[in-house]
Amino acid sequence: MEIVGNLNTIGYGLAAIGPGIGIGIVAGKTVEAMARQPEMAGTLRTTMFLGIAFTELLGLIGVALFFIG
Amino acid sequence: MNRIVLVKLLATAVLLLLFWLGLRRASLVPGRGQNIVEVALGFVKTQFADEVLGEKIGRRYLPVLASMFFGILALNITGIIPLLNISPNAIFITPFLFAILAYVTFIYAGFKEVGPGKFFKNSLFPSGVPAPIYIILTPIELINIFLVRPLSLALRLTLNMIVGHLLLVLCFGATHFFFLQADGLDKLFGIPTLIGGIVFTLFELLVAVLQAYVFTLLTAAYIEQSVSEEH
Repeated sequence: MEIVGNLNTIGYGLAAIGPGIGIGIVAGKTVEAMARQPEMAGTLRTTMFLGIAFTELLGLIGVALFFIG
Repeated sequence: MNRIVLVKLLATAVLLLLFWLGLRRASLVPGRGQNIVEVALGFVKTQFADEVLGEKIGRRYLPVLASMFFGILALNITGIIPLLNISPNAIFITPFLFAILAYVTFIYAGFKEVGPGKFFKNSLFPSGVPAPIYIILTPIELINIFLVRPLSLALRLTLNMIVGHLLLVLCFGATHFFFLQADGLDKLFGIPTLIGGIVFTLFELLVAVLQAYVFTLLTAAYIEQSVSEEH
C-alpha cells in the first residue's frame, strides 16, 4: 500500500493538540473563576485573552511551519 | 502598487475619514457622530489604558494604543469586505510594522518612566530569585523580551489573517466548484459549503476585532511590565 500526501498536514494536526487543550483549560478555568466571583469578571476576561494569546501562538507557529516546510 | 497596498491605502483613508467626520466639530455636548467616536475611544481608554496601565501612565500612552487598535482593526476588517477580500495584515510586513511600534513604545516607556538602568535590571534580573538562577534566567529573558515579543506579536496577527483568508477561499472555492462544475446531485454539496463560508465570514469578523484587541492588550501589558517598579 502506498500513502501519498503531505506530511505537513499531519504535523500541523499534531501541533494543534497542545494549544487546543491549553485554550480549553484557560477558558474553562476563567468561567469557573467568574462563576465564583462575578464581580471580578472584567479583570478575569482581560487576563483570559492574554493567556489565550500566548497559548494560541504555539498553534499558529504550527501553521507557519506548514507553509515553510 | 499591488492590490494589498491599494486596500491598505483605502482602509487608512476610510478610517481617517470616519474620525474626521466624527470629530470635525467637536463640542462639549456631542452630536451623533461624535458620540460614536467617543464610545470607541472610551472603550480603548477603559479596556487598555485604565485597566492595564492605570490612570496616570495610561493617559500618556492612550494615543499610541488607540491608533494601534483602530489601525489594526481597520486593516483586519478589509479581509471580509466584499471586493476587497484581503487583509493587508496577511503579509508579514504590515503587522511587523505595528510590532516595531509596540517594541519602540515599551522600551521608550521603560527608559522614560523608570530610567534605563532600572528598566534593564527589572527586565533581565528580576528580583526575588536566588543568584545562580540568573545564569539561565537572564539569557532567556533577554531573548524573550527583545526578540520573541515583537516577532510573536507580528506572527500572531499575520497567521490569523492568512488562516482566515485560506478558510474563506476554501469554502467559497468549493461552493463555486460544486455549483458550476459538478454534475447531477453533487451540486447539492454546494449548499453546506456556502453556509460554511457565510459562517466563517462572521467568524472572521470576530477574529478581526479579537486580534486587534489582543495585539493592543499585549502592547499595554508589555508597557506595564516596563514601567513597573518591581516585578
